[in-house]
Amino acid sequence: MNKIWWKALAVVIMTYVIFWGLLGPVPRQPILNESIRNVSFHVPLWFAMIILLVTSVIYSVRYLRKGRMDDDLIAVEFANTAILFGILGCLTGAIWANFTWGDPWPNDPKLNSVAVGMLMYMAYLILRGSFDDEQRRARISAVYNIFVFAVFIPLIFILPRMTDSLHPGNGGNPAFGKYDMDNSLRMVLYPAVIGLTLIGVWITQLRVRLRRVKVAMDD
Amino acid sequence: MTESIRQMGALMRKEFLLEWRQRYALNGMLLYIVSAVFVCYLSFNARRGQLTPIVWNALFWIILLFTAINAIAKSFVQERAGRQLYYYTLASPQQIILSKILYNTVLMLVLALLGFSVYAFVLGNPVKDVPLYLVALVLGAIGFSASLTLVSGIASKAENPSTLMAVLSFPTMLPLLLELLKISKNALDGLDRSISWKEVGTVLAIDAIVLVLSWLLFPFLWRS
Repeated sequence: MNKIWWKALAVVIMTYVIFWGLLGPVPRQPILNESIRNVSFHVPLWFAMIILLVTSVIYSVRYLRKGRMDDDLIAVEFANTAILFGILGCLTGAIWANFTWGDPWPNDPKLNSVAVGMLMYMAYLILRGSFDDEQRRARISAVYNIFVFAVFIPLIFILPRMTDSLHPGNGGNPAFGKYDMDNSLRMVLYPAVIGLTLIGVWITQLRVRLRRVKVAMDD
Repeated sequence: MTESIRQMGALMRKEFLLEWRQRYALNGMLLYIVSAVFVCYLSFNARRGQLTPIVWNALFWIILLFTAINAIAKSFVQERAGRQLYYYTLASPQQIILSKILYNTVLMLVLALLGFSVYAFVLGNPVKDVPLYLVALVLGAIGFSASLTLVSGIASKAENPSTLMAVLSFPTMLPLLLELLKISKNALDGLDRSISWKEVGTVLAIDAIVLVLSWLLFPFLWRS
């Protein structure tokens, strides 16, 4: 039983986030109106994605240092879950943008950066598919995973901040914390980050187990 | 230290010799960029000075990107696996990757300068600040060769290197390309140089990241 406490925690947190995110008090803002509730869903998805990607890179580094096939398996599954969260983040963002910016995919540097980042990680999956030898696939895709992460971080965090962007905190726009956030929103946002990360780890754990079973059956 | 620099010099010399002996590859690259420029020239109805600066600039960098990918893709493919194994017994992997990056930088510089002169010759030269444009070309050559050399090392291990090269390199080149486009657009419009310094700094930072990563990651790559 001591291993499932965090799954229970994830369920509790996410139930709270979904109910309180949709029903709880939120600040009144012009243009944003009720759509500000998306802060509790759209923003934590990206936080969780970055956390999952960092974990994936850590496991890739571990694979290169120790050479255990299991680490490679975990790295790819964390990247997979991160891609899923990225796609969900794009979708929630598109809904939000449709109502506040008048266009589901406005020409915004942050969006384009994320699209390119997604392409990079898709390429990572394609790269994995093009090897027959397991050891080789593991080593080379670990190298690419680390390389891509190091390019992805400036692409998504630094470059959009240097140009004009619709997103808060970029291109001279004030960051979210300054005007739009208040404590009632924070009470949902921070738990949502933790909850979604836990859900991501949970998905990854299930997929890793599935893979381990497949590997064991192949042998 | 001096010893390793001497070894790297020898490796560089080997790259140049290899290129010189198989001159068709080098000539092929030169012809590639010239004909790509000419195709673009003809596609735009062969009119000089008709392109808006933004199209002129973007077109040139896209030509350069494709040329770079084609030129650098062969840096690991052209040598047999056995011969590569032999190099690895002679020198450290860091020396090998650095010498390849340096060699590719020189190659890219030659290609970029040739491409720029032909491009400016046939399509007209609207660049108002040529030295800054050349700085962008140099920074681009370093960044392109650093990231593409590592990517070509990755792709050469896989089953279908040529497709994989494009798939892996386009997205990873994009941050660099966007900043380079900004610098060269500033140079094109002849804006004050102080405006471009921020972008130059960013490109230098990206170049540094990519170089350090190649240095760190290549030893793991060559072992397989």
